[in-house]
Amino acid sequence: MVPLSYYLVLSGILFACGVTGFLIKRNIITIFMSIELMLNGVNLSFVAFAARWHALRGQVFVFFVMVVAAAEAAVGLAIIIAVYRTRETLNVDQMNLLKL
Amino acid sequence: MLHLALFSIFGAICVAGAVNVLIQRHPINSALSLIAVLASLAVEYLLLGAEFLAAVQVIVYAGAIMVLFVFTIMLLNAGEEERTRGSRVAIVFGIPGMLVGGILVAWALLRYSGTGPVSVGVLPGPPNTIAQLLFHDFLLPFEVTSLLILIAIMGAVVLARGEETPRPATKEQG
Repeated sequence: MVPLSYYLVLSGILFACGVTGFLIKRNIITIFMSIELMLNGVNLSFVAFAARWHALRGQVFVFFVMVVAAAEAAVGLAIIIAVYRTRETLNVDQMNLLKL
Repeated sequence: MLHLALFSIFGAICVAGAVNVLIQRHPINSALSLIAVLASLAVEYLLLGAEFLAAVQVIVYAGAIMVLFVFTIMLLNAGEEERTRGSRVAIVFGIPGMLVGGILVAWALLRYSGTGPVSVGVLPGPPNTIAQLLFHDFLLPFEVTSLLILIAIMGAVVLARGEETPRPATKEQG
């Protein structure tokens, strides 16, 4: 028997790691991975709440979050490739113009 | 007791992997430790009774999405990131603020959550129950999701294909 709050604290830690990575990392691919970390933290709290209140809908929501994350990863990585082709860098500090 | 032990072990792996994602300088190392985080999260889902989600987590997240990441890192030949100096304000106020906020949230959750324990196997999460919900109650969102994936596929192809016109012509215009 694990209290629900343990799961929530774990998911909070994951989300905080994601936010920290998003702010401190300079490589655009690592920033993208931090976003995945945040999404997974939220997913864990969804599943924990679903198990606590016997609501399977929480699990269906996690399923939808995964689908959106997959679509986001595909489009985002394509954007990264397009940016790299014109800028020849992955450092976000050197990407300071909207115009490619 | 076993449940708590498993939760602690895989939760520790999860947190260690998440911190390692931040510490590592090379993106490929970050990606590999992110895979460890995702795999241990699948075990946590299994502990919560979500069998289908655990399988999807391993197949889609740790499999498909992370292969895409690793493939992009290899394709772009990403090296170590350069270290840039953060602002002083972020170090002076940000880190203590984050610590205080985190401790407050954890304390409030542990003290006032007012929620009972979660036990294994209480919630049936096998694929047939999920499918019943997904194809009956959530049919419209499910179909909209397929549209979203179609748009994402086309967007990825259009973005990654690059321009077909020769580069010098576009440079002269710009």
